[in-house]
Amino acid sequence: MILSVGTVTTLFLWCIFRVLKTPGETEKVHGFEFETPDEEKEHESR
Amino acid sequence: MEAPRVQESWSTRLGVILAVSGSAVGLGNFLRFPGQAAQYGGGAFMLAYFVSLLIIGLPICWAEWTMGRYGGLRKFNSCPGVFRCVSGKGWGAYAGVIGVIIPVVIYMYYVYIEAWCLGYAVNFLAGNIQFEAGDDAGAFWKTFIGYGEDGGALHFGIKKVMGYLILVFVLNFLLIYMGIAKGIEWFCKFAMPTLIVLAVIILVRVLTLGAPDPAEPQNNVANGLGYMWNPTKVEAVEQGPDGKEIRTEIVGDVAIAEKEAAGATIEKKGMWEQLLNPQLWLAAAGQIFFSLSVGFGVIVTYSSYLKAKDDVVLSGLAATSANEFCEVALGGLITLPAGVAFLGISGVSGQGTFDLGFNVLPMVFSEMPGGAIFGFLFFFLLFLAAVTSSLSMLQPGIAFLEEAMGITRKMSVALLGFITGVGVMFVVWFSKDAKALDTLDFWVGTFLIFVLATIQIIIFSWIFGVDRGLKEAERGAAMKIPRIFRFVMKYLTPSFLLIIFAMWVAQNIFNSGKAGVSGYVKDLFVEPNKVAWMSVVLIIMVGLLVAVLVSRSSAYKGPIPGEVESEEA
Repeated sequence: MILSVGTVTTLFLWCIFRVLKTPGETEKVHGFEFETPDEEKEHESR
Repeated sequence: MEAPRVQESWSTRLGVILAVSGSAVGLGNFLRFPGQAAQYGGGAFMLAYFVSLLIIGLPICWAEWTMGRYGGLRKFNSCPGVFRCVSGKGWGAYAGVIGVIIPVVIYMYYVYIEAWCLGYAVNFLAGNIQFEAGDDAGAFWKTFIGYGEDGGALHFGIKKVMGYLILVFVLNFLLIYMGIAKGIEWFCKFAMPTLIVLAVIILVRVLTLGAPDPAEPQNNVANGLGYMWNPTKVEAVEQGPDGKEIRTEIVGDVAIAEKEAAGATIEKKGMWEQLLNPQLWLAAAGQIFFSLSVGFGVIVTYSSYLKAKDDVVLSGLAATSANEFCEVALGGLITLPAGVAFLGISGVSGQGTFDLGFNVLPMVFSEMPGGAIFGFLFFFLLFLAAVTSSLSMLQPGIAFLEEAMGITRKMSVALLGFITGVGVMFVVWFSKDAKALDTLDFWVGTFLIFVLATIQIIIFSWIFGVDRGLKEAERGAAMKIPRIFRFVMKYLTPSFLLIIFAMWVAQNIFNSGKAGVSGYVKDLFVEPNKVAWMSVVLIIMVGLLVAVLVSRSSAYKGPIPGEVESEEA
């Protein structure tokens, strides 16, 4: 049990660490918006 | 009719990882895995489970991520389009039809189960779930989902499923309507961390339960953990009143001494002995396979929204590890230990996924101090896991309709909403014995995903070429795939998958080792069952619709387009 749980927990934490420390993450936080992707593109092109 | 489609993309790498892991984490992590691990002896099962993860899970997962991104860069987001690109052949589009059928049909019954989870969460919060006996829990579940008669689910009220079903159906489509980044990614970024926090809270509560009933000291968390994880299985063999042999799994020296004193023979089976059992390998491989959402057509679609230089290797591994963490470290420590602490080993032994989730656990929470709150938290956790999974089942259908028909998001949502709505009503109406749900789950949710996974790994390793595939995977990758996986993906994964598939067919379709064919085959050909047949016809109709759209769409004709770099890459 300790080996199995320990293995998956370590792997999970290592992956989180690797993902978060990799540069180039450009976070774009969205609000709850009702516009569909195609509508949004249409507005941008106007 | 066809209009230029808008290329969507994920806004962050963490977002896509959470969305893919959200797709994989579901009821199976918290309900199916513990039952399987306990049945096949904990430690031995875990060894076969990790071997299967390395031979089947990770290789297919990386293949799907790579193929999806490859197709997405050529403006294809559905399995038919991606498979045509990757295989370089026209037939690839038809092979990809299965990758649309699977998520669309699974959604038709999965959303129904999702509604059960929400309904149970609400009923726990409202104080409606306080069962005294197992029969009460069973009766509540059967009334809630309309198990007793066809049409029995079509009632509204806090203790009926219909209202919850409409709510979750609308919620899913609303999120899908808003798109990849603003809908799916937005929801998963909140839902997945919340799910893990809730699971950790429940885990702490379960691990601190001790022996809740002083009159039954053997019913405790330590024995629950032992029952699930002990590498050595201990069984007491007794003669029943009719002379038949009765085998009961036992844990702990006290229980062994008691059984010995009662005249039972004690049999111990070590880990290596258990590993010689082919059924254990089939169960472990099956669990890895179903748990990771490989062979669903989902990862291919999700990864098709990546950009050219987005990593797929670390992202695939991260999504897989998140699923494994939820399954082994959370699901493996919560469900059965809690069940054993209150109901004993006999109360949880041999229970199926639904029995464990909707009969055993409600009983456990009924008896637990503060059970209403913990019951609510647990079922809300399952609900979040189910929503993140069901969103992933809708996106492949949406992507396909927009790609094949050139329609807008509004149109694709309306059309898929209609198609799945008809399917959901079929499943809900034929609720007696959950026949429609069970039949669809067997033929699509189990059989077809083996077929799709086999097609995928063959396309990736043999048609696209494993060397080319690995080179494509490592483009922009944050880590390298170990070289050993070249051999694994080309030879081991397809062989292992085909062996497991053949064993699964022998056992589940031809009922190998038992008399006659399985119930699912019997329902179709030996003693034809109307609902089983209608379920199969529904699957065929969805398949035909997708195949006709593939054959008529100009998107899948002409030369395969070259890579189109997205603006932001």
